Amino acid sequence: MEQYNNGNLVVSSSPHIFDNVDTSKIMLDVIIALIPAFIMSGIVFGTRAIVLTIVCVVACVIFEGLFNYILKKDNTISDYSAVVTGVLLAFNLPANLPFWMAVIGCFVAIVIVKQLFGGIGQNFVNPAITARIVLLISFATPMTTWPLPKKLMGMVDAVTGPTPLGVIATGSDAVPSNLDMFLGFIGGSLGETSAIALLIGGIYLIVRKVIEPTIPVAFIATVFVFAVVTGNDPIFHICAGGVFLGAFFMATDYTTSPLTTKGKIIFGIGCGLLTMIIRLYGSYPEGVSYAILLMNILTPHIDNLTRTNVYGGVKND
Amino acid sequence: MSIFSKHLPAVKVGHYKNTENSATEKMPLPDKVFISMVQHIGAPCQPRVKVGDMVKVGQVIGDTDAFVSAPIHSSVSGKVTAIDQNMTMMGIWDPVVTIELDKEQELIEDLKAPKITDRESFIKAVRDSGLVGLGGAAFPTHVKFSPKNLDEVDTLIINGAECEPYITSDYRTMMEDTDLLVEGIKRTKEYLSIKRVVVAIELNKAPAIEKLSEAFKDSDGIEVMGLKPIYPQGAEKVLIYEVTGRQVPIGKLPADVGVLVSNVSSIVALEKYVQTGIPLITRKVTVDGTAVNTPKNVEVLIGTSIKDLIEFCGGYKKPPKKILMGGPMMGRTIYNDNMAIIKNNNAILAFDEDWVKLPKETACINCGRCVRTCPMRLMPTLILKAYDKNDVDELKKLNVLSCMECGTCTYVCPAKKQLSFVNKLAKQKVMEGGNK
Repeated sequence: MEQYNNGNLVVSSSPHIFDNVDTSKIMLDVIIALIPAFIMSGIVFGTRAIVLTIVCVVACVIFEGLFNYILKKDNTISDYSAVVTGVLLAFNLPANLPFWMAVIGCFVAIVIVKQLFGGIGQNFVNPAITARIVLLISFATPMTTWPLPKKLMGMVDAVTGPTPLGVIATGSDAVPSNLDMFLGFIGGSLGETSAIALLIGGIYLIVRKVIEPTIPVAFIATVFVFAVVTGNDPIFHICAGGVFLGAFFMATDYTTSPLTTKGKIIFGIGCGLLTMIIRLYGSYPEGVSYAILLMNILTPHIDNLTRTNVYGGVKND
Repeated sequence: MSIFSKHLPAVKVGHYKNTENSATEKMPLPDKVFISMVQHIGAPCQPRVKVGDMVKVGQVIGDTDAFVSAPIHSSVSGKVTAIDQNMTMMGIWDPVVTIELDKEQELIEDLKAPKITDRESFIKAVRDSGLVGLGGAAFPTHVKFSPKNLDEVDTLIINGAECEPYITSDYRTMMEDTDLLVEGIKRTKEYLSIKRVVVAIELNKAPAIEKLSEAFKDSDGIEVMGLKPIYPQGAEKVLIYEVTGRQVPIGKLPADVGVLVSNVSSIVALEKYVQTGIPLITRKVTVDGTAVNTPKNVEVLIGTSIKDLIEFCGGYKKPPKKILMGGPMMGRTIYNDNMAIIKNNNAILAFDEDWVKLPKETACINCGRCVRTCPMRLMPTLILKAYDKNDVDELKKLNVLSCMECGTCTYVCPAKKQLSFVNKLAKQKVMEGGNK
């Protein structure tokens, strides 16, 4: 019988089996979860929304690939995280934004926010949200010129108008019904309008155990309670703006949210509070992006304050 | 996280209990056995024989005066042909006694059942039997059975969880040696005077639960408990929490919270010794894996080489690329199939090349899966970062020494980080740092 020894046997540390979940499978699940909202954006805002999303995805992937190539790093395109960033950024833009502006947003998201800080897992703020805020500050008018849904405006694509939160802030037009808001037939960024489509995607992520429900539930519940306490319509406030998009897809970004359940609860509540404070008392009509950005920055501190109770540690519960 | 759940975090791992219905086969005598002088945690034994000596079955061939140790007996009769330093299954270089069998299997003359009258003689019998924790940890059983506060121990847990994939040797023991197990449990309960005994078995071993529940239905203070079949249910600290709700404080022993844990196979081995006087010289081993022709359970002499054992199982089906002592979650890789079975070997698994590929490591995405699934509620991702920064203080704060190396973090990591391995290295770093 042949001799088997260190010449042909592999020696390695345990464990010797591994779960088949990897980063690219997680990102693929996120992409699948974004499909309902993507379809709704096409229905509500037409082909321009679809094309803009594709432009963002392609630009993000190219920036990621080029950066890795120039810096001679392992290419990380195949983990699909750039695709997710592209879709999320597009979802945060008005459907009629000029493509070149969107491409600048992709550059900010991928190169400045993500890669310059060390690539996937190293960014301290959410790339898509930061890019959106950069665009909002740089191109204030195009970034807040919202096309109105086809359903309301007939077949004319060029008509624009305020978002429901803008309506509330200026008191100009009639506020849309809660049903329209839930389904998504309202003005706004192309992927944020349909709460139902985002909810379906979010539930998919929870069922697939990609995300835990902690952050979305804490976030949305806080917005709801804050609205009730301040005498506003809670259904309107959770459906308006990017609450569902932010709660399920942006605030749950692994890298920029806390590790433990306790930390996630604090993070979610913080996002909800800041969102409502900005909406009701700030000068911007919408606060989800800023709320998440600020909580991203607090995440390392939350993580430090909410470490786990080790088995057999001080507390014996 | 225990606010919501009375269970510790755990992970679902495939069971692969391919050999659960394979009745144990007795392996014919090999030509040679290789008996390692380190088969337990604690002080290694010194050989008590010389090259050229004739030895008999049951003869003590290795022992030491150190308390944390167990004597090593010859499993065969024959002639000692070599005593040389070799890499042992415990991962250290130590003497290995080679005995060429005369195939008579003659028992040593004064071999007889021990006389047990009280706790002291019981504990002595436990040591004389050479018993160590057969579930894998190999901690000398007589040490475990004599804590300072034995009178405060109110619960004895008999561990039949067998949560590691592939391994079925404990299950076969429960099914085949039920009478010895039942008698052994009763005897241990009596001599250690422990009020409550819980036989804890994972629910995927229903026939064993049924059989033992039946056997204990009239016994006072002995119950059989079914456990969710998840990993690492059979780990001592996890088991204690699941059965009693108690947590063993960091740096303390199970006895400090009034619990002793013993594996089913250990109890059977002890009872065998008590009834016949034959010490621990054989054990059941599950042989399985993609490179083995006929996976089965084998009753094997301590010291049998892995090569002989696998040959008994039809030899290799494909060239093996990785051979494990123990299960795929915590088992050690061995680098040479000349190495031989020791007391705590519950399985030998040999896998071919296709199975061995290590997944490609990518960047940590901070997903927190390792934190959520750690049964000890450690934070492996932060341990990894602190280890990379060589931050020993931070490693201490993160309680890395509490890691029991169950491998759950590495198993679930989507970035395929070797977290469990890093924990081992970090523990070493902390222990070295502590000596300064």
